[in-house]
Amino acid sequence: MKFGVVVFPGSNCDYDAYMVAKSVVRQEVEFLWHQDTSLHNCDCIILPGGFSYGDYLRTGAIARFSPIMKKVIEFAKDGGMVAGICNGFQILLESGLLPGAMLRNTSLRFICKFVQLKVENKDTPFTNMCNQGQVLRIPIAHTDGNYFIPEEGLKQLLENDQIVFRYCDERGNITPAANPNGSLDNIAGICNRAKTILGMMPHPERASEIILGSEDGKYVFRSIVNFFNPGR
Amino acid sequence: MSQENSVGRAVVYVKLKDGVLDPQGSTIKRALEDMGYQGIKDIHFGKMFEITFQKDVKSKPEDLIDEICRKLLTNPVIEKYNFEILK
Repeated sequence: MKFGVVVFPGSNCDYDAYMVAKSVVRQEVEFLWHQDTSLHNCDCIILPGGFSYGDYLRTGAIARFSPIMKKVIEFAKDGGMVAGICNGFQILLESGLLPGAMLRNTSLRFICKFVQLKVENKDTPFTNMCNQGQVLRIPIAHTDGNYFIPEEGLKQLLENDQIVFRYCDERGNITPAANPNGSLDNIAGICNRAKTILGMMPHPERASEIILGSEDGKYVFRSIVNFFNPGR
Repeated sequence: MSQENSVGRAVVYVKLKDGVLDPQGSTIKRALEDMGYQGIKDIHFGKMFEITFQKDVKSKPEDLIDEICRKLLTNPVIEKYNFEILK
């Protein structure tokens, strides 16, 4: 399979994602420039973390109108696989591919630290190598990661099993103390109804090699590869 | 018509919808209380945009500004807006 990593002006996790795809899970991978109008036959598009367009206006608000996003939106609406990490998640929300919006962290601070995530749905192309309820240790690094969705939307997320990750403690308990940014219902990652589009605030690409302090992020990448090439 | 007459101006105000957590607003309110201001009931953080635009005889400026607000300046999930067309 082939990954495509989109590069916006201000992306800064693009190389991390590229390296994990290429060297850790050993797949084909290509950078896609924000001005490109082709996805170069990639099977899974990664919208990486960073500060696209300086986070001007709102996080992800400008990136959503870039030429490559027109193609990504078409691709995603056609059932193509897209994973948005951190700023990539914010872009997916702004583009309407995933429901909800990001508010400023309740602490108003940029938070950069390891957190624990509970896998709330392992039956997605992004988590099929995880166990249900597994606790992953993956870092976050954001100022606007306080996920918000109106009540009706939250109900739909719950009904359709669209909550993929929640912030939790070491034992997997979903508690207010384990919530780093004020996200509604401790939500750290969600997917669309069809489970083909993932958005998550934590950075699996920063935790996919033991030298970086954790390799739990690899589960996400290995799940994607496994989805395309089962059993490999 | 002179160049000056064909230019319109608008001011757009954006704020979070009621019921949406406003961590910046509540922090500013707390700071004001710490400074000794007792009577502050509530404070909301928002944004303001000044827009200068070419007038178009075929369409109303209200429609243009409203469209810009909906498409880019606000996120309708969390924000609401109002605007004034300046004379």
